[in-house]
Amino acid sequence: MRIYADNAATTKMSQRAIQAMLPYLDQIYGNPSSLHTEGQQAAEALANARARIAARLGCSPREITFTSGGSEADNQAILSAAKMGERKGKKHIISTAFEHHAVLHTLQALEKQGFEVTLLDVHEDGMVSAQQVEQAIRPDTCLVTVMYANNEVGSVQPIAEIGRVCRQAGVIFHTDAVQAVGHLPVHVERDNVDMLSLSGHKFHGPKGIGALYVRRGIALQNLIYGGAQERGKRAGTENIPAAVGMAEALDEAWEGMEEHMRHLVMMRERLIEGLSQIPHCALNGHRDQRLPGNVSFCFEGIEGESLLLLLDDKGIAASSGSACTSGSLDPSHVLLALGRPHEVAHGSLRLSLSAENTMEEVEYMIAAITEVVGYLRSISPVWRDLELGKKEFVLK
Amino acid sequence: MALYSDIVMDHFRNPRNVGVIENADGVGEVGNAKCGDIMKIYLRIEDDIITDVKFETFGCGSAIASSSMATEMIKGKPLSEALALTNKAVAEALDGLPAHKLHCSVLAEEAIKSAVRDYYDKHGIAYDVKQFPDCEHCGHCDSQCDCH
Repeated sequence: MRIYADNAATTKMSQRAIQAMLPYLDQIYGNPSSLHTEGQQAAEALANARARIAARLGCSPREITFTSGGSEADNQAILSAAKMGERKGKKHIISTAFEHHAVLHTLQALEKQGFEVTLLDVHEDGMVSAQQVEQAIRPDTCLVTVMYANNEVGSVQPIAEIGRVCRQAGVIFHTDAVQAVGHLPVHVERDNVDMLSLSGHKFHGPKGIGALYVRRGIALQNLIYGGAQERGKRAGTENIPAAVGMAEALDEAWEGMEEHMRHLVMMRERLIEGLSQIPHCALNGHRDQRLPGNVSFCFEGIEGESLLLLLDDKGIAASSGSACTSGSLDPSHVLLALGRPHEVAHGSLRLSLSAENTMEEVEYMIAAITEVVGYLRSISPVWRDLELGKKEFVLK
Repeated sequence: MALYSDIVMDHFRNPRNVGVIENADGVGEVGNAKCGDIMKIYLRIEDDIITDVKFETFGCGSAIASSSMATEMIKGKPLSEALALTNKAVAEALDGLPAHKLHCSVLAEEAIKSAVRDYYDKHGIAYDVKQFPDCEHCGHCDSQCDCH
């Protein structure tokens, strides 16, 4: 038996999305740029997919640009806003310390080009406030980019409030909504968003496709030059099957959203309750303002990679922000941004559920995690020192 | 998982010599919780022979497997052999480690040397300090933390 609890990494494709894609692999395979019937059928499918996605997000189809995924959308949004700002002599950007690397590393590249970046501190509950954004905005600020929901700790940001602050100040507001779209009722008008990134494979659509919403009036900067696809802003023959699959997955996610949320929140709450029984652990991220399927904990005295390997042996696919799992030396920048000390951040575990998970699986996971954490502590010299009182517990 | 060899996974899943030796003759602890791995080695030594060895490890799969393998390699051996154990030998016995995990085998070597040195210190046995370099420079902790 396998339990997949890593849906924030990627999801299983839905049957509906797969079925929707199939005709576009071997029947309607034309190039949308071609004049003939096959090409025009493909163009129609692309237009249809774009319209469906736009309808869900509350924008017009021409405001949707297809990309290869969330990272490309983030890159293009940020670089475009920076370019617009630069023309007006505005070279200051505001973001947060716990963004996805697709955002943070793009900002680092801009810093090398002379931009100044303010990374807002994240409160220990995983939240950033509109007041923080308001106070950081300067006359030369050209962009605010704040993620809709954090991929590791699941906290959902006050996007509409932040958007309002930005609008009042006349600053472009981008949100990386990769973890939110398909799971929360994201709406670009209600959320006061100017640019928004999304990724198909986070809501049971295909990998390799995403989209960028850009409010009319904001000029996109090309990352890829070539043909006139995507209104000249993203060259390369369009990935029609993936676009259709993503649109279908998004429709399906939206149709089932309320029901899925109820089921996910029930499982999430039980997991939080059950795992909280383990001594010296802590929930990461906001207690309530969090993604319906996200559970993130730190367990003191153990290291995350060994936890993941033993859980994998027990049939559970989960993830961790430990340094060892990332291949880097530092534990997750997200947990550090929340103020977790290094030694605690190493012992993190993220479970990200989908609607396919069950309460039986939840109970099994609680038992398995409790057992594995207990075992790893029993062989940990750090835990021994904590228990003997040689070191003080960080987590009560 | 394909990340690790079968031998690493075996020693990770079924670690040999886990535990503590009360009133051990030598104890060595290396690493730093900030870096994500700490190894502690306990030695029982009789007539220059390691008659028993135990370990505790806070760390990733390869850190636990490296500790397990290293303790197996020195158990029942004279101290001179334990001091000659290299990280390379530990990694080879594990059928290799991924490049970014080689520091785990370095830690195992250091933990053993540290425990032997502790034994020498406790028992007033003279030794050549050059046998015990402060840190085999593996680069693991360079900019990150103040290990060792």
